Amino acid sequence: MTEGGKTTSPKLSPAARAVKKWRRKRGALIMVLHEIQNQAGFVPRETAREIAEGMEVPLARVYEVLTFYNYFKLRPPGKAVISVCTGTACHLKGAPELVAELEKELEIGQGETTPDGLFHLQCVRCVGCCGLAPAISVNGKIYGKAAPSQVRQILAEWRAVFREEDVDD
Amino acid sequence: MTEPDLKKIAGEELARQGEKSARIACCASTGCLSSGSGEVMEALLEALSSHGLADKVEVVPTGCMGLCSHGPLLGLEIGGEDGFRFLYQEVNPLLTRLIVAEHLLPSLEAGGDFPVPEFLSSHLLPLDIPFFTRQEKVVLANAGRINPERIEEYIAAGGYRALEKILREKTPDAVIEEVARSGLRGRGGGGYPTGVKWRNTADSRGGEKFIICNGDEGDPGAYMDRSILEGDPHAVIEGMLIAGYAVGAQSGWFYIRAEYPLAVERVEKALKQARGRGLLGKNILGTDFSFDCRVRLGAGAFVCGEETALLASVEGKRGTPRPRPPYPSQSGLWDSPSCVNNVETLANVPAIIRQGAGWYAGMGTETSKGTKVFALTGKARYSGLIEVPMGTTLREIVEEIGGGSSSGRPLKAIQTGGPSGGVIPVSLLDTPVCYEKFQELGSIMGSGGMIVMDGADSMAEIAAFYLEFTVDESCGKCAPCRIGGKQMLDLLKKIAAGEGNARDLSQVRRLSEAMRRGSLCGLGQTAPNPVDSTLRYFEGEYLNLLKTDDD
Ligand SMILES: Cc1cc2nc3c(=O)[nH]c(=O)nc-3n(C[C@H](O)[C@H](O)[C@H](O)COP(=O)(O)O)c2cc1C
Ligand code: SF4
Ligand code: FES
Repeated sequence: MTEGGKTTSPKLSPAARAVKKWRRKRGALIMVLHEIQNQAGFVPRETAREIAEGMEVPLARVYEVLTFYNYFKLRPPGKAVISVCTGTACHLKGAPELVAELEKELEIGQGETTPDGLFHLQCVRCVGCCGLAPAISVNGKIYGKAAPSQVRQILAEWRAVFREEDVDD
Repeated sequence: MTEPDLKKIAGEELARQGEKSARIACCASTGCLSSGSGEVMEALLEALSSHGLADKVEVVPTGCMGLCSHGPLLGLEIGGEDGFRFLYQEVNPLLTRLIVAEHLLPSLEAGGDFPVPEFLSSHLLPLDIPFFTRQEKVVLANAGRINPERIEEYIAAGGYRALEKILREKTPDAVIEEVARSGLRGRGGGGYPTGVKWRNTADSRGGEKFIICNGDEGDPGAYMDRSILEGDPHAVIEGMLIAGYAVGAQSGWFYIRAEYPLAVERVEKALKQARGRGLLGKNILGTDFSFDCRVRLGAGAFVCGEETALLASVEGKRGTPRPRPPYPSQSGLWDSPSCVNNVETLANVPAIIRQGAGWYAGMGTETSKGTKVFALTGKARYSGLIEVPMGTTLREIVEEIGGGSSSGRPLKAIQTGGPSGGVIPVSLLDTPVCYEKFQELGSIMGSGGMIVMDGADSMAEIAAFYLEFTVDESCGKCAPCRIGGKQMLDLLKKIAAGEGNARDLSQVRRLSEAMRRGSLCGLGQTAPNPVDSTLRYFEGEYLNLLKTDDD
């Protein structure tokens, strides 16, 4: 809402909505941060401040929590987040080779985003499909029994998705 | 709220199911969904309606059927209880349409007995293989059979009857006594007797008490708890209700990894349905027992599986462990007495109450009772989720249920207990599944990860892999774990790369001892286990990697 009250929209910001839902509940800070992380893919600084105010906790406490847990991101990730499972089963069945292939194809390292903002590469622990090791997940879609030779095709599939979205816009 | 009549709900559900001439179970757990069971389900529904079978055949999206490596799995039950059962593997939409047109339809027309055409039978899994016959399902009895998103199916399978029984017939003390006599021990890794933990919590003074369900499942390479939560969430809720009644708690708190969105969704749905049926909330089943559950999510920190760190995390704080005592049973969540139990531990409870402590204690060894769920993975031919009675030997699990090596290379070792556990060499495969036996061998039972390794897997590399995990996940609160772990990892990596010498190896041993003794919590104390156990059984592999001084 702009100052001066020009906009009369009663719409709350995502942070305000999450705070409103969780304010009165015990141990809710992490749940509020989850809501933001899920919607935006990361927790922007401004939002963190809004949450601190709304939940009546010091901003430092919010950051203490945000930085402790791997799940929360402070910066926007790429449009497609590629998570390579590096759990034990996947490790034994070739996860390191998958990571190497992805790094080569995307020309980025783990925890990095491609310059065009399309792909973010990360390693995660066990996505729970050990019977299908090695596994990769892209924005939640899981590719089981993945081989380095499939990497290009998977990337092409997602590039196509984003091209379509651009056309739709 | 009017009291739910469980018998009536069960009766109506069974009657509804009885009207169908066939039931098709389609695995809708994370594993099979990622192999495409979502598309299979769509194709199935379409095919059924195009053949006019939509009303006659029930399609049941189920939890994990176990054999994830061969998914998506489709189970056919034609003609009721004593009808015909078939299990199709690696199903796709085309195959699904063929199964409906060429197997299901003609079977129904023929009144049941119908020879499966050959082009389909090659996709059938024989149901008499040890993978199925050697298992004993208590915790997983419903997973893969019922639709976890319908409370009626859980009730029809005998669900919530244990709760009803204790509320009507047993004092809290008698419930604790029953669980103690069953010999149930914690499935989260520690193996602490559940009855004793409940007794301690019940005896602690405090107005408010909590039950906490530990669904953090930290072991990377294991997914027992996820599958239980996805496949039979009501069993865990019923277990929590029974625990709550026994210790005098008013609420139960689920702590589930955020990486398990489907498990979270199923639990939340189940809670809502249980509330709707008056099985959670005020005055449950017309008694003065009131109890409700909430869900809190983890956020990607392995150490939060440790109970004191978990409690801090549920309170919305950083998850760092604190020294014990006081134990959570004395002072836990918001300083109130809290009973922290693992998902699988709680899922055992309804069956124990229903079938009695004697029945449960009849399975297993002297010290380890009941069954244990394992995620059997790595180089086994059949890999997936299995449940066996305690006392089953590793040989039976790996060679019979797992079907031996998947790679054709001879097997070398079994890893249990994840990053806090160790390896057991194939020469000791006759070891029975038992908390004490595993510990004697330098491993631990752990939460149920079981990874089969073959000759191609380097033990020094595996040890470094696990240590890297724990070093990464150390919360940094105490020096032996934070600094010792890092130093040990650097040395191990050096050795694994063929750059280390004998001095490095003895330094590894010293650091291991220091971490074991000086670390504050279980993470640091057990972090050296993978290193020590590989050194114990495969020292030769390490020695071969060492550089001699004149290299
Ligand atoms: C580093 C560390 C990680 C742990 N992770 C888990 C876990 O993921 N799940 C679990 O149930 N218990 C875990 N535990 C054990 C818990 O602290 C606790 O003992 C357990 O939840 C108690 O439940 P139980 O008695 O039913 O096993 C972990 C312990 C340590 C030291
Ligand atoms: S042993 Fe490690 S994880 Fe546990 S408190 Fe110490 S530093 Fe943290
Ligand atoms: S280890 Fe990769 S899915 Fe479990």
